[in-house]
Amino acid sequence: MSAGWAKLSARALAAAVRSEAVEAEAAVESGWEGPAAVWEEKVHAIVHSDRQARAAGALAAPEGPLRGVPVVVKDNLCTVDYPTTCCSKILAGYHPPYDATVVRRLRAAGGVVTAKGNMDEFAMGSSTEFSCYGPTRNPFDLDRVPGGSSGGPAAAVAYGLAPLGLGSDTGGSVRQPAAFCGVFGLKPTYGRLSRYGLVAFGSSLDQVGIFARHAGDVALTYAALAGPDPYDATTRLDPAPDVKGWDRGVEGLTFGWPANLWAEGVEADVIEGLERAAEWLERAGARRASFEFLPGEYSVATYYLVATAEASSNLARFDGVRYGFRHPDSPDVRALYTRTRSEGFGPEVQRRILLGTYALSAGYYDAYYLTAQKARALIRDEYRTAFGRCDFMLMPAAPTLAFRLGEKLADPLAMYLSDIFTIGANLAGIPGLSVPVGRSAAGLPRAVQVLGPEDAEPLLLRAGRVLEVQGELGRLAASHETEFAWPTKR
Amino acid sequence: MTIRREEVERIAELARLEIPESGMERMAAELSAVLDFVGALNRLDLTGRSPTSFAPVGAPLRADEPNGRRLDVEDALAMAPESEAGCFLVPPVVENLNP
Repeated sequence: MSAGWAKLSARALAAAVRSEAVEAEAAVESGWEGPAAVWEEKVHAIVHSDRQARAAGALAAPEGPLRGVPVVVKDNLCTVDYPTTCCSKILAGYHPPYDATVVRRLRAAGGVVTAKGNMDEFAMGSSTEFSCYGPTRNPFDLDRVPGGSSGGPAAAVAYGLAPLGLGSDTGGSVRQPAAFCGVFGLKPTYGRLSRYGLVAFGSSLDQVGIFARHAGDVALTYAALAGPDPYDATTRLDPAPDVKGWDRGVEGLTFGWPANLWAEGVEADVIEGLERAAEWLERAGARRASFEFLPGEYSVATYYLVATAEASSNLARFDGVRYGFRHPDSPDVRALYTRTRSEGFGPEVQRRILLGTYALSAGYYDAYYLTAQKARALIRDEYRTAFGRCDFMLMPAAPTLAFRLGEKLADPLAMYLSDIFTIGANLAGIPGLSVPVGRSAAGLPRAVQVLGPEDAEPLLLRAGRVLEVQGELGRLAASHETEFAWPTKR
Repeated sequence: MTIRREEVERIAELARLEIPESGMERMAAELSAVLDFVGALNRLDLTGRSPTSFAPVGAPLRADEPNGRRLDVEDALAMAPESEAGCFLVPPVVENLNP
């Protein structure tokens, strides 16, 4: 029976630990027993974990809203008890000397990091196929990708290894895998979750994000992690928005419906999910406002200049001198840099470093980087105008359901376009939430995305909760949460 | 926009990367395809727009003040590929011009 604990919501599991129905260690270990172990063998969501560290984590867990709740953390967030490698050969075996702020806050709230999740190398990818440890598979169809770059935590939360996961979202790396794996995925407002201890990719776009199977669990985790951090100068100084009202419904709210965005190039299953979600929101008392919005191609184009430029600068630190892999045969320091980087970075990372270096190089800066920065200002204003007409926008999380392994590997541009609906939020610094809305006829998860203005996390969670309760899977989940009676202390 | 292979070589050198001869044509083609796509931005009317490098407008940044926290030398060197006498060890940085 113990194997069932990790299937519960984080709130229910924490309540069980609080009431001593289950001990923290048993709660944490339950994800690793029975069916979960079989799943992990097939899915490969995890790259670092060990029983001793899990037990030590559970033993050390203080009283708090997440006490005893296992959490899978993406491998680009620093953890003192597990390696942090960004799934790159260049950081093989690296043990950080400190915890990321979000990890520290997670532990302070009683949460237990039970594993590091697989990812595309340095978070560059949309399928988790670019990991030096090999790909993660989608638990709903093992021939398909879990999305990316945070595919490991997303898949682990989906198949029940843990009720919570942390990822990072630079252009959709939390929301798109959440959509492919049928779980909730929140990218908060830029500056609400500390980036201290998150290995930098595109610093003006990166945000730590949250995976969970329930809207209420996202709210609980957000409340524990969000807020100013003296170690990250870009965190906002005022307190993070209060998300306690996540269950308040959407009565009287207006949602934007920019249907021109899915007029072409979007799978019928995705559109069907959108229409169903819109109906559910209307049934719950929200009003639909139709308008046109700037096509996503412009966001993708802007992103692949801004993000790669920032990446080429951020990844300059990996040179084989201070940490990680060093090429053994280096007669001088220049050869050390070049050989270490050429062998340590995988193909997609090298491609993006080259693109970013090109966009920043003399003679091309104005044509590319400066143009992209102006386009970014325009995109930000587009969202601001849209949020003058609605409280939040409803749109796809991705143009397709989970695609097959290998399908987009040979075509970088096709892979980049799978982020067409998520990238805008990173450019504008606004929050976005991926919400599961049932499954397709073939059994693959369907999802929608809600986007709001800065600090609209409470509104997005309210919309997410409405869809959760209205949805088929959500009804089941809700009944578990409300009707499940805890056994007395064992 | 087509990137020639000499240009790939030039930016690879700037980025301290070495693209193998066999992968050069392909890299040039892939980068060209992405730059073609990025050309879409020329269809936007950006006249009079000021560039932004940071999305949230209203978000104030804290003052950048030292807080006394530091990484011990031992911790800093713990993950170094090679170190000696409290320092990171690297191969020669400058050539010995007068051997």
